[in-house]
This record gives sequence, C-alpha cells and structure tokens, in this order.
Amino acid sequence: MKELVVLSGKGGTGKTSIVGSLAALAGDKILADCDVDAADLHLLLEPVVRQKHQFWSGQVAVIDQEKCTQCGLCPELCHFEAIKDFRVDPVSCEGCGFCYRICPSEAITMEENLSGHWFISDTKYGPLVHARLGIAQENSGKLVALVRQQAREMAEKQGAAYIISDGPPGIGCPVISSLSGASLALLVTEPTLSGIHDLERVLGVCRHFGVPALVCINKYDINRENSRQIEDYCLEQKVEVASRIPFDNIVTEAMVKGLPVVEYNDGPVSRQIKRLWQNIAGRLARN
Amino acid sequence: MIISVASGKGGTGKTLVATSLAFSLKSMQTVQLLDCDVEEPNDHIFLKPVIAQKEAVCIPVPEIDEGKCSHCGLCAEACAYNAIAVVPDRVMIFPELCHGCGACSYLCPEKAISEEGRETGVVEWGDAGGIDFVQGRINVGEAMAPPAIRQVRERANADGVVIVDVPPGTSCPVVEAIKGSDFCLLVTEPTPFGFNDLILAVETVRELGIPLGVVLNRAGGEYKKVEEYCRKENIPILLTIPLDTRIARLYSRGVTMAEGMPETRELFVRLWSEIRKILDEGTGSLKR
Repeated sequence: MKELVVLSGKGGTGKTSIVGSLAALAGDKILADCDVDAADLHLLLEPVVRQKHQFWSGQVAVIDQEKCTQCGLCPELCHFEAIKDFRVDPVSCEGCGFCYRICPSEAITMEENLSGHWFISDTKYGPLVHARLGIAQENSGKLVALVRQQAREMAEKQGAAYIISDGPPGIGCPVISSLSGASLALLVTEPTLSGIHDLERVLGVCRHFGVPALVCINKYDINRENSRQIEDYCLEQKVEVASRIPFDNIVTEAMVKGLPVVEYNDGPVSRQIKRLWQNIAGRLARN
Repeated sequence: MIISVASGKGGTGKTLVATSLAFSLKSMQTVQLLDCDVEEPNDHIFLKPVIAQKEAVCIPVPEIDEGKCSHCGLCAEACAYNAIAVVPDRVMIFPELCHGCGACSYLCPEKAISEEGRETGVVEWGDAGGIDFVQGRINVGEAMAPPAIRQVRERANADGVVIVDVPPGTSCPVVEAIKGSDFCLLVTEPTPFGFNDLILAVETVRELGIPLGVVLNRAGGEYKKVEEYCRKENIPILLTIPLDTRIARLYSRGVTMAEGMPETRELFVRLWSEIRKILDEGTGSLKR
C-alpha cells in the first residue's frame, strides 16, 4: 500500500481540486482529508457519513472560584498568560497542568477537552476519512495523525493499493503530521514569487522527513517566466516536475457544480491531471 | 489600532489585502505591518523591507543536570506533552514535543532542571519604504508556529495602524495571530471552498469577540452564496475586488495591487475609513 500526500506550502494553489480529480482517476484507494481546520474535499466528493467519532484531546484548566484564595501563584507561573482575574482563558490555555499541580488550595482541576470530530464516509470514489477540528482548537497535528491512522487501518483491511491525502497549507505541525512516513509527496505550486518561495520551504520539510517529492505547476501559463524558474529550480534540486496544468476557469466551474474537474470536462486541465496521475502511479510503483 | 487580515482558506488574497492596505495608508499615517504567517511569510516579497535587526525565537526546553538528578520521575509524570522520559539511570528529553510550560523545572525536588532556549525561528524587522515591517519565520522542520507568532505580535506599536497578516486555517496559529485585534478583515472568494472556509473563519473570530468585515476577492462570477450569507449574518462586505488578470499578473511578479495599479489606493483608504466608522459607531461588533 502506497500513501500519497498532496501539499503546497502556500494555500490556494489547487491542492483540493487536484485531489478531487485524483480520487476519480485512481482505482482501489482510501481517501483522507488531512486539512482538518479548513476541510474542503467533502465539497467535491459528497460523502455519506457512515461513522462519526468524537476527538478528545488535551485538557483545559478550570479554577473553582469557591476554593481559590487568589494567592496569585498561578498567573505568575503560567507561561502562556492564560490566567487573568483568576479565570482561565480556554483559548490561551495549553493544558500543561502546571497551575493544577502548584495550586496550594487545590482549587484547579484539569478537564478533558472535546477538540473536534472525525468521520468515515462513503463516496462514489471510495471511502473517505475526514475530520473537523473544533473552532479555535489546538492539536490539529494529533487529529491529522488520527485521520491517517484510520485511513491506514482501512487500507490494510481492504487491501487497498493507495491512500491519497489532501494536506493542509503551511509547513508546521499539521503538515509534518500529514507528511511523516508517507510514500510520496505531491507539491502543488503556482508560478508566483510567493508560490516559489513557499515551494522551497515545503520541499525542505519533505527532505527533513525523508519523503520523496514530485512537483506540479498549476496555472503554469499565468507567468511563464516564473514557471521556467520553478523548472530550473526543480532540475537543480533533482525533483521531477510531473505536470504543468494551464489556468482555466473550468476548475472553478466544476467546483461550483461540486464535481472533480476530470468528471466535468475533458479539456486541457483534465488531460494534464490524467497525465499527472499516470506519472504519480508510475513513481509509486517504482518506489 | 490593530487590524488583522485572515481567511479560512489559503490563497484567497490575505497578503494582497494586507500589503495593499499598508501601501495605501503609509503616506497618511504611521503604518506597521506584522507578517504572522510564520510558516510561509510572503509579505517581504511585495514590500521589500530592508531588515535592520532580528532576534531568535527560542522556546525554553528542559536541561537536566545529571549530577543532581535522583531519577524520581516527577518531571516525566508532570509533563503533559510526553517530552520527558525517565529510565532508571537516565532522563531523555524530546525537545520537539516540549511546549515550554516550565512545570518540570519548577517542580523538580532536586532543582536539577534548568530551562535552556531552543531556537525554532527568527523575528526580523526594518523599514519597507515608509512601512514599519516585522516578520516571523519558523525554521524548516519545526512544528510549532505560536511562539514565533507571539514574538511578532509583541512588537506591535498600536499608536499607529497595525496590519496583521494571519496564516490560513482556523486553529491555534490563527487564534494567536488574531487575538487582541480591534478589527478582523476576512478575505474570501466566491467559490464553494471560499464560502465553506469563510463560515469557519467567522465562527473563530466571533469566538474571540472581535468585530469583523469581509473582503470579497476575485468577484464577478455566478456564485452568490457568499453575498447571501453575509447579508443574512449582517456581516459588512467592505471591499470587492474583481477577478482581473492584471492583478494576478502583478501578484505573480511580487507587485501588490496598490503599487502596480495606483488608482486602487483610494479603495484601500476607503476600506480603512469604513473600518474606523464601524469601530466608532460600534456597529460592526458582531459579538455574541
């Protein structure tokens, strides 16, 4: 079983639209949406939820006002400035339990925190594991790890050939959690200076965690010179550019219709994505 | 006054709005721009600051004095993040798991633990053509963005206008960047993805009790759900930017809209006065 994760560094380069199309093209796979704080893949795949689970993670301190003597020790020691007027701000509290351990009046308890939900759903392209982090919650990395673990268990049970994951933007905790141990990363970039800058950093993260990468230049024709610069950079870094997808409003049209673009239209964008999948499948077979 | 520029979905135009707003206001008053997208900071590409100074972002991680340690195991028990493991003759530290809460060093009965700074990134600042510019950047391979974001935010000088470029999403880095703002602009686009993520972003900003308004970018298509939602939720759409390949082409070369299309500066000045009006009247407050 091979696991492909789609990342980009910069947001909005087209990760989810491409994953939606790969879902339609690849046979015998489990799909995973690892962008747990702004998940969008479900908008293209119309999942029917089969299982819904709570995600309990971390703790939040609570001060019992009756027992609290307002001695001032906890606000002084809290490294996250989460205690003001002897009340805990649950958004700032990182659940370390320092205050709970040092309170001389035993006025502080640690309460379990419901941080989100995760789901197993059926889509017409196969099973999807996805999640929703609660509003303003922490631990997105742990929820991503849970989504991947579920996807792996399902893939092993069903003997699926692939896991295809839609990753989050950035290079921090949820990205690392989506990436570590994957078979291959597809990095979707765009020919803007921001796209190039962010590609370099996300490629650095792939290297750091020893995951091989392929690059896809999306909307390559909005600035051909920048696209050439990306190709030169990839050549120098010995990273294959697996596809160049032209800009076409058809991608947005397909999204508005709630369809992967390869299911909506057989134009240049769809042809390039089909080629991209052939390249990915070939690379995964060789790995 | 602190205005944060956020969005649930990435790539909707936060950087464009933050840099163009800063660029348009700089001749009128003191403007500071804080790039809090410390995983992928891009504002420097558009504003080309001359970096004058920088400081490391360090989080305190425990260091054990093995000479004093009695291997009692209290530190490992106290650590909520499993960053310390104590075996009979040794203590193991996993620095990348440490949140720097300080519990272990305070609680250690032998006073064998000190807090040593571990560098996870950098904060840099300088002048960008009349804009007071600050950015944070975490090192590649580091997981935790909030400490770098906190350090960037500490440099805010709220005497003038402070514009905060927020990372995408709705989780802890976003909260850290937005917290304490006077107003939050949410940049979105008229697509199902933009709409879905706008709703999540609105819930996050409301949770923090900060007044908000929307910037609708790449407008003009058939899809009207964002406008319908804003009307229903009584959220003002303060600026509409049309889908225009000129803007995209400028952006691809690292030129922000207000610089490359000077006629658009008055739109951003107007956006700023709309925000001030809302705050003066207290009408934009959408606190629950």
